[in-house]
Amino acid sequence: MKIDKDQVENIAKLSRIRLTELEREMFVHQLNNILFYIEKLNKLDTENVAPMAYTSDVSNVFREDKLKPSIPLQDVLINAPATKSGFFKVPKVIE
Amino acid sequence: MTYEVVIGLETHAELATITKLFCGCSTKFGVEPNTQVCPVCLAMPGVLPVMNKKAFEYALKAAIALNCKIDEFTNFDRKSYYYPDLPKNYQISQNYHNMGIDGYMDISVNGTISRIRIHNVHLEEEAGKLIHPEEVGADYSLVDFNRAGVPLLEIVSYPDMRRVDEVESYMQTLRKILLYTEVSDCKMQEGSLRFEASISLRKKGVDRLGNRVEIKNLNSMKSVLKAIEYETMRQRDVLDRGETVDRETRLWDEVNEKSARMRSKEESQDYRYFPEPDLLPVLIDEKWLRAIKDTIPELPLIRRQRFIETFALSDYDASLLIDEKILADFFEECVKILNRPKSFCNWITNDLLREVKDRKLDIYHLKIKPKQLAALVEIIEKGTISSTIAKEVFSEMIQTGKDPKTVVEEKKLVQISDEGLIEEIIIKIISSNPDAIEDYKKGKKNALTFLVGQVMKETKGKANPKIVNEMLMKKVGV
Amino acid sequence: MSLRLFECTAHQIKAKILSKEIRASDFIKIVFDRIKSLEPNIQAFITINEDEAIKKAIEIDKKIESNENVGLLAGLPVAVKDNICTKNLYTTCASKILETFIPPYDAFVVKRLREEDAIIVGKTNLDEFAMGSSTENSGLKITRNPWNLECVPGGSSGGSAAAVAADLSILALGSETGGSVRQPAALCGVVGIKPTYGRVSRYGLVAFGSSLDQVGTVSKDVRDAALLLRVIAGYDLHDSTSANVPVPDYLDRIDSGVDGLRIGIPKEYFTDAFNADVYKALKDALKIYERLGAQVVDISLPHTEYAVAVYYIVANAEASSNLARYDGVRYGYRTSKPNGIIDMYCRTRSEGFGNEVKRRIMLGNYVLSSGYYDAYYLKASKVRNLIKIDFDVAFEKVDCIICPTSPVPAFKIGERANNPLEMYLSDIYTIPANLAGIPGISIPCGFSKEGLPIGMQILGKHFEEKKLLQIAYAFERETDFHVKKPVLKISSM
Ligand SMILES: [Mg+2]
Ligand SMILES: [Zn+2]
Repeated sequence: MKIDKDQVENIAKLSRIRLTELEREMFVHQLNNILFYIEKLNKLDTENVAPMAYTSDVSNVFREDKLKPSIPLQDVLINAPATKSGFFKVPKVIE
Repeated sequence: MTYEVVIGLETHAELATITKLFCGCSTKFGVEPNTQVCPVCLAMPGVLPVMNKKAFEYALKAAIALNCKIDEFTNFDRKSYYYPDLPKNYQISQNYHNMGIDGYMDISVNGTISRIRIHNVHLEEEAGKLIHPEEVGADYSLVDFNRAGVPLLEIVSYPDMRRVDEVESYMQTLRKILLYTEVSDCKMQEGSLRFEASISLRKKGVDRLGNRVEIKNLNSMKSVLKAIEYETMRQRDVLDRGETVDRETRLWDEVNEKSARMRSKEESQDYRYFPEPDLLPVLIDEKWLRAIKDTIPELPLIRRQRFIETFALSDYDASLLIDEKILADFFEECVKILNRPKSFCNWITNDLLREVKDRKLDIYHLKIKPKQLAALVEIIEKGTISSTIAKEVFSEMIQTGKDPKTVVEEKKLVQISDEGLIEEIIIKIISSNPDAIEDYKKGKKNALTFLVGQVMKETKGKANPKIVNEMLMKKVGV
Repeated sequence: MSLRLFECTAHQIKAKILSKEIRASDFIKIVFDRIKSLEPNIQAFITINEDEAIKKAIEIDKKIESNENVGLLAGLPVAVKDNICTKNLYTTCASKILETFIPPYDAFVVKRLREEDAIIVGKTNLDEFAMGSSTENSGLKITRNPWNLECVPGGSSGGSAAAVAADLSILALGSETGGSVRQPAALCGVVGIKPTYGRVSRYGLVAFGSSLDQVGTVSKDVRDAALLLRVIAGYDLHDSTSANVPVPDYLDRIDSGVDGLRIGIPKEYFTDAFNADVYKALKDALKIYERLGAQVVDISLPHTEYAVAVYYIVANAEASSNLARYDGVRYGYRTSKPNGIIDMYCRTRSEGFGNEVKRRIMLGNYVLSSGYYDAYYLKASKVRNLIKIDFDVAFEKVDCIICPTSPVPAFKIGERANNPLEMYLSDIYTIPANLAGIPGISIPCGFSKEGLPIGMQILGKHFEEKKLLQIAYAFERETDFHVKKPVLKISSM
C-alpha cells in the first residue's frame, strides 16, 4: 500500500498535527519507505495465528470500590496553560 | 404517502459506584469544579487505569438482566477522538468484545407485550463537563473533570421500535430494570441516565432501512419523544418532496423544539479502536456469572404478572406498585406480615404516594416501616380505630415513624364502642335534629347518613360507625 | 591503582558510606562537582536536582550517625530518565510540549528509590518521548557519548547511559520500548537491564508503547544492576500489568557460575550485516563461556526478520493514542492566540512535537485507521505472537540466548538522522525481547578498533532476571571491559 499527499493530510488531521507543504512531502516520502518495509509481513500466512494483544497472561485485575483522596485544586491547576475560577479554560467549543 | 418509522435507542447510564472506573476519586454529584480529580482521571503523563470491580460487576449484572449473551472473554478498547472534556483524548470503552450482546427487553404498551432486541451492552468511562459561559462575547469554554472517569454503561438497542409509545415504554422499562438491579440511580436531572435516538423512515412494506439520523442532546424522556415526533415529520417532508434524507447527526434544541445538523456521515469520526494495553482481559467463569445472576431480583414485568396472579390485584394497581421497586418491596413485606394485599395496595398506591407527593418525602428513606402499616391495618380490623381516624394516624406515622398504637394513644383516638356512651350522644343528636327524623320517616334514606355523620362529628370521628348505625336505626324505629 | 571516588561502583560507595568512611553529603558534593565539570561536554542532564539532593544526603548522614536503619541505596546518587515522573521536579520527556511540566506525583520506581534512601541527582536526556535510538531526537539538547564526544550515546536512555559512563552518577534509571536501555548501555560501555514485562511497575513512566514499555537499570557493573533491580522490581496496585511475583535477592548466589548451562545462539542474528569488531567480540565472549563450562547451542528464531516491522506498527499504534493527551488543555505547552479549539490542538501539537514524534504518531494513526486495522495492526499482533512463540520454543532447549546488543558501536552524531528506517533497523537485536516481554541484560564485552565499547546481551525466560545476572556476572568476573573508563577532559565552565 502506498500513501499519497491527501492521505498524509488526512492522517495529520486525525493526529491533530498541522503540516507545512514541505513537511507533507517529507512525510509522504518517509512514511512510504516505512510502509514499504512493513509490507514484508504479508509474506507470512497468519490465517490460524491468534493476535497477541497482551504481553502478560494474567487476567481479572481489579481494585475495590474504595474512596481515595483526590488531589488539591492547586495541584490540579498548577500545570494548566489557562484557568478560570477553578476550571480549565479553553477556546470556545462550538458543538 | 404512509411511512413506517424505525427507531433505535442508545442509552447511557452512570453506574452507582462510590468511586470512578479507574481511580479512587469520588463520583458524588454537584461538588465544586475539579475537586474530585487525581492524576489518573486528569490523564497526567505516566498514569495508568485500574478497573473498579464493582463497576464491572454492575455492568455484567445489567447485561444479564437484559438477557444478553455473555462471552467468557471480555476486554477493553481505546476509542480515539479529540474533545476537551475527554482527558486522554481517547475513551476506554468496549468495541471488539462487549460485556454482553444479542439481548432483549420485553416492554408493555397498553397491556400488549413486545420484545425489543438489545444489540449490545458495554462498559466505558464518562467524560468531563464543558461549560459555555453565557456572557456576551465570551470566547472561551470551561472544563470541569469531576465527572471524567465515572463508570458508564451503554445499552444499544436494535431499531425495533415503530411508535412513540413503544419508545416511551422502552425508556421506562429500562429505567426500572436499572433501578431494580440497583446498578444506577437513573437520575435524569443529574445526567446519570441519558438517551440518544436514531430514526429512519421507509415506505410501508419496504424491507430496506432508510437513511438513519442520530439525535443527540436529549435531556429528558419528554424531549426524546418530542424529538422523535419532530424528526418523523421532518423526514416525511423530505421524502414527500422526492428527496433523500441525509445520513447525519443532529442536535436537539430543547428551547425551540427543533433539531439541527451537527455533522454529516462524511465527517463521521474514525475512532481507531484497538485493545487497551493498560488493562488486562477479564475472564468470566460460570461460577462468577451465577453469583451475579443470584443478585438480580425479579424484574418489573414479571413481578407485575405475579402480583396480579398471586394477590388478585388489578393490572392498574400492580403496575403502580412495581413502578418503584422500593414500593413493591414495601408491599411484599406488608403482605408477608398480614395477608391483606388489597388493603395494603390501597394504602400504598393512594395514601402513601399522596403523602410522599404532598410532603415531598424521599421514597428511598421512608420513616414508616411495613411492620407498622401492617399493625395499622390490624387495629382497623379489630375496630380499635375507624378507617377515617386511620388516615390521620397514617399521616402521623409517615411523618414521625411512630407505631400506630403510640399515635392512637398519644392523640387519644381509640374508637368508642361503648353502647351506653354512644346512646347518650344519639339521644342528644336526635333531639337537636327533629327535621332530619321527620325527613327520614318520610322516606328520605340519606337523612340517616346525615345523622350518623352528626354523631361522628360529635365524637371527633371516634365512634364505632357500625354501632352508631345499628343504634340509630333502632332509635328512629326501623 | 586507586579509584577516584566518583569512579566507584554503588557497592563500593555504599560500603564507604555505611562504614562512615565518607559522608553521603560529602560524596554527593563530589558528584555535583564532577557534573559541573563535565556536563557542558556530555549534556546528559535536562534537570539537575542539587538542592534537594544535598538535603536528602544530610538526612541520610543523620540517620547513619544515629545508627538508624537505612535503605538499600543509602546515599547513592541515581540519575532518572526524564520520562519518569518525579514529584515537584520537572519531567519533560525531552519535549517542548512538556518543558514546563511538574508532576504532582512520584512514579512507583521513584517512590521505591526514595524509600531506599537513594539520592536523585537529576533527570536525564532522552530522545523525545523515548522515540529514537540515539538521543539526537531530544527536543531539548543533544547528549554526547563519553567515549567519543562526536558520537551518539545511543538511545533513547542516552542521558542515563552517558551519565553513568562518565561517572556523573553511580546508578541510573532508563526505560525500554524496543531496546532503549540495552542499546545505549552497550554504546556507552555500561550495564543495562530490561526486566520482564510486568516485573517493574510502569506507573509514572510516561507511556510510549504500553504493551512494550518497561523501566530498566543502568549501572557500572552487574552487581550494581542486581542491587538497583531489586529496589525497583515488585508488584504495584497502580499498574494492572504489574506482576504479583515475589522479588528475589538478585545478589544472592550471583557468583553461581555457568557450568552446565546451555547458551543459545540464534543463527538469524549472526548475519554478515554487522560490524566485524562486534562479531569478533561476541565470538571471544562465547569462548570464555565455553571455558567456564557452558555449552553453546545453535538455535533458530525464525521470525526475527519481522520484528522491526511488527514493532513499528504496535509501538506506534499505542504511541499515537498515548500521545493524544498532549493537547494544551491541562498541562504543558499551548500555542499562543489559538483560533478555536481545533486550531489550538493542531498548532500546540505541531509546535510542541519534533519530527520523529510526529512521524510515529501519524504512522500509528494510519495503521489503526478505518480500513487499515486488519491489514496492519491485527496482522502485526499475530506476527508478534509468532515471535513470542519462537522464544518459547528456544527456551525449551536453552537457559539463555546470547547475541550482540547493537549491530554496530556508537555512530557519529547526525550520521543517520535523515534516514528514519535505517535508524529503526539498528534496534533489530533488542526489539524481539520487548515484543515477547522477556528480560535482557546488556554488558560490556569488548571495544572496537576505534576504542568504542561493544555490548553483548543475554536474554532469558520471563522472570528469570536472577539467572541472567548470574550468567552476566560469570563473564564480568573473567574480564575487565566494565572497569575501563573513557578519557574525559574537564572543560572550563
Ligand atoms: Mg459510548
Ligand atoms: Zn481520579
